[in-house]
Amino acid sequence: MSGQAQLLPGTLDLLILKAVSLGPLHGYGVLLRIGQISERALLIEQGALYPALFRLVRQGLLKASWGTSENNRRAKFYELTSAGRKRLREETEGWNRLVSAIASALAARPEEI
Amino acid sequence: MKFPAYIRSLAARLFHRSQTEADMEEELRSHIQHRADDLERSGLDRREAERLARIEFGGQARVKEEVREQFGGNFVETLMQDVRFGLRVLRKSPGFTIVAVLTLALAIGANAVVFGVMNGLILRPLNVPQPGSLYGIEHADEHNMWESYPDYLDLRDRNRSFDGLAGFSIDQVALDTGENPSRAWIDAVSGNYFDVLDVQPYLGRVFHGSDEHGPNSAPYIVLSHAYWQAHFQGDRGVLGRIIRLNKHPFTIVGVAPPEFHGTLLIGPPDFYVPIVNQEQIEGRNTLDERRTHSLFMTLGHLKAGVTPEQAAADLNSIGAYLEKTYPKDHGSTTFRLARPGLYGNLLGGPVKAFVTGLTLLAGLILLAACANLGSLFGARSADRSREVALRLALGASRNRILRQLLTEAVLVSLAGGALGLWGSVALLRALSAWNPFARFPQLGMPVSPDANVYAVALALALVSGLLFGIVPMRQVFRTDPYQIVKAGRSGAVGRRITARDLLLAAQIAICAVLVTASIVAVRGLARSLGSNFGFEPRNAMLIETDLDSADYRGDKAIEMQKRMLDSVRTIPGVESVGLIGRPPLYGGGFAALVFTDQTTDLRPANAALTAMKYNVSPEYLHAAGTVLMTGRGFDWHDDKDSERVGVVNRELAGKIFGSTMNAVGAHFKLRDGARVRVVGVVEDGKYESLTEDPEPALFLPILQAPMTETCLVVRSYRDPQPLGAAIQSKMRGLDRGLPVFIETWHQQLAIALFPSRLATAALGVLGAMGAVLAITGIFGMAAYSVSKRLKELGIRIAIGARPKEVLQAALGRAFKLLAFGSAAGLLIGIFASRVLAFIVYQATPRDPVVLAGAVLAMLLLGLLATWIPAQRALSVDPLTLLREE
Repeated sequence: MSGQAQLLPGTLDLLILKAVSLGPLHGYGVLLRIGQISERALLIEQGALYPALFRLVRQGLLKASWGTSENNRRAKFYELTSAGRKRLREETEGWNRLVSAIASALAARPEEI
Repeated sequence: MKFPAYIRSLAARLFHRSQTEADMEEELRSHIQHRADDLERSGLDRREAERLARIEFGGQARVKEEVREQFGGNFVETLMQDVRFGLRVLRKSPGFTIVAVLTLALAIGANAVVFGVMNGLILRPLNVPQPGSLYGIEHADEHNMWESYPDYLDLRDRNRSFDGLAGFSIDQVALDTGENPSRAWIDAVSGNYFDVLDVQPYLGRVFHGSDEHGPNSAPYIVLSHAYWQAHFQGDRGVLGRIIRLNKHPFTIVGVAPPEFHGTLLIGPPDFYVPIVNQEQIEGRNTLDERRTHSLFMTLGHLKAGVTPEQAAADLNSIGAYLEKTYPKDHGSTTFRLARPGLYGNLLGGPVKAFVTGLTLLAGLILLAACANLGSLFGARSADRSREVALRLALGASRNRILRQLLTEAVLVSLAGGALGLWGSVALLRALSAWNPFARFPQLGMPVSPDANVYAVALALALVSGLLFGIVPMRQVFRTDPYQIVKAGRSGAVGRRITARDLLLAAQIAICAVLVTASIVAVRGLARSLGSNFGFEPRNAMLIETDLDSADYRGDKAIEMQKRMLDSVRTIPGVESVGLIGRPPLYGGGFAALVFTDQTTDLRPANAALTAMKYNVSPEYLHAAGTVLMTGRGFDWHDDKDSERVGVVNRELAGKIFGSTMNAVGAHFKLRDGARVRVVGVVEDGKYESLTEDPEPALFLPILQAPMTETCLVVRSYRDPQPLGAAIQSKMRGLDRGLPVFIETWHQQLAIALFPSRLATAALGVLGAMGAVLAITGIFGMAAYSVSKRLKELGIRIAIGARPKEVLQAALGRAFKLLAFGSAAGLLIGIFASRVLAFIVYQATPRDPVVLAGAVLAMLLLGLLATWIPAQRALSVDPLTLLREE
């Protein structure tokens, strides 16, 4: 699968939180949104999504309510709670720190040591 | 978490779960629909789109399972799975299951019965409102609660610790209904009795303190509910009816509630009568005598916030006041509070000791059973090591396997517990309905099972299931699937001593303790039946009556007693007949303070000793078979006009006069100042209990010390049945209204012997259970080791081993364990038997019969248990065996 990145462990939650932060979504919508915002680089396995959603609801980061989708179907919509928003902020910062740290580590050249 | 709370949360979770489950179902369906919508838009027809969407999604069951795990604890589902699997496994080996369940049923049943007895006799409080603050007043220097009526009044009115203080005495009265006078047990109670206990009448009214206006002022009766049902058929019209009690009219004013059985756990009274009418009830009035302890017990509720210690201090200040004010009547007077238990606090000590001992032994039985099952489960899981290894190899977690094994163990233990509980409940119900004493029909064992018993049995079952369930645990943790699957099940021979061996040795030791204890008990009973009572109960009958209840007083009583003696003596076949107020070992005798001749100040503190006192007719010693060692007995000339004389036993003679020889002709003094000359000395006997040390005793002639309580001792070799009938008709001839009770002396002694008989029966049963457990344990171990080593034994036989060598190889270990365990158990048993000595008469483990018996019993058990495995080992056919493997 060229053009697609391997999902790092633990990043699925972060992606879901981000996707939902852009507006309430149902499960399938979360999948689509992640695909869309990662420009199709990240594909989530459909089966892995729901355990993660349940976990986030249980942790109080998401809240769920039944509603009607754009297809006029009954669907369960997820949105961020305030705890979820806070967690998203923290995780994003953590992620950025990690990325810049690794990037600078990888960019190191012999003469800099 | 507390149990109810746990149930509630479990229910909530289950309920909630089904909702979540439906929710999840719908959400996944919606997901697939949405995906199918997208696919449909890309040009597929609807059915194809939905099919593709489902395929893309993959296994829904797995997703749901994962979600459930997120949701936390699929405890119940796993449990149900384990239970189903466990049942299947257990059904596959019915022999093992049945043995395990039966073993546990026996052990848990025994514990439930013992606990039921403890619960009924010791733990359960009296059935009155707020039993927690109810206390009786006990004399600090002796374990009894007897109180004189004037002292009771002082305690009642001067204390600041009780909300109210009631008192009662236990009496027997004759109910005169004309032809056949019946006897009834009553509680003669203080007027405030029902008010202090806060017991409301079921029917009519109860009497109150305000009903008392001096002697014989309150001829009222409150019936017990049971007596009302049995004798008045629950007739509501009994209120106001007048019945004659010892020939005096009393009015029935009310009926006590059904759950109120008086203030003794055993022996509920038939009805309640105010004690101010004591003269009519007992034939004498001792309400103004400080010396006569006419109240059996005083009791009341402590005021809120008063501790028993504070109350005792309060009472002791009253005691000091009594001591100072009435020095002639009081020795040191100190009090403490005690729970009104089984029979006041009188029986509390020995019964507690006995029940505690039984509890320990029953606990040992359970431990032995657990050790037994532990080694069985251990052996089984060793056999199942292949299965375990396979499951581990297939990816099962060790925890999951352990959980499954534990579930199996708990299933077995619950089944055993249920079976055991069922048996013990039946036994406890039978015990409660049992009336061991003909003479006291109301005496019984209030041990009917309640919720506590069920809870304890359940807890024991669970705990023991976990206990023997963890035995195979280490095995599972050590299992290396690769090795086992590769090497097959013969595996390596283990270390020299395994945990299983230790378990078995411990189990045999426990069983040996039980066997030793039961032999000690049986031997003790045999001895107590054959010991010297100081009288000869064989070929003797007792005729009990109370002249009070037929209104014979003073000289009339003496005259009647003489007529009774003369009349019975004329019956053919009667060798001799004597009279005694209350025979020894009757339960509750009279004691007298004995002073030396030199003592002038006859206050209790100066007494030389307290002796059992018996008022007897001249023929008594002969009729009872009491051996006169020196001097003479009484004759009818020892009357009021002659010198006071007495006969003492050897113990009293030795203690006061130094020797039997010195005693005859010497004098001693009684509390009332009488100077008594000793005319004879008799052998020592048993007076209060079979286990007592030699006690001083003193006999006085009835003409000098009259009493109305009357018991004739009839010695005759005739068959008791016709003799009893003849005596009955003679008595009728004397006075139709006189209640008499006739039984053989042996029957009467049943009460005195009851504790040791009961103890022996209980210990015998426990010992038998121990023996059964020993057999199954050794058998299991021997059979297992033989079956494990069949191949080896076959080879040994093939290369020419003789039977003895084969047996040694097959069972040597079992026998070593047996010997080691028995020796340890015997030692512990000998040590533990000291405890038994409190209940069982002359229980001494240093008795060669006991030692030999215990060793022999264990040997026999060992032989019995190894017989079948030994046969199997010897009959191994090497050819078949080698071919099969």
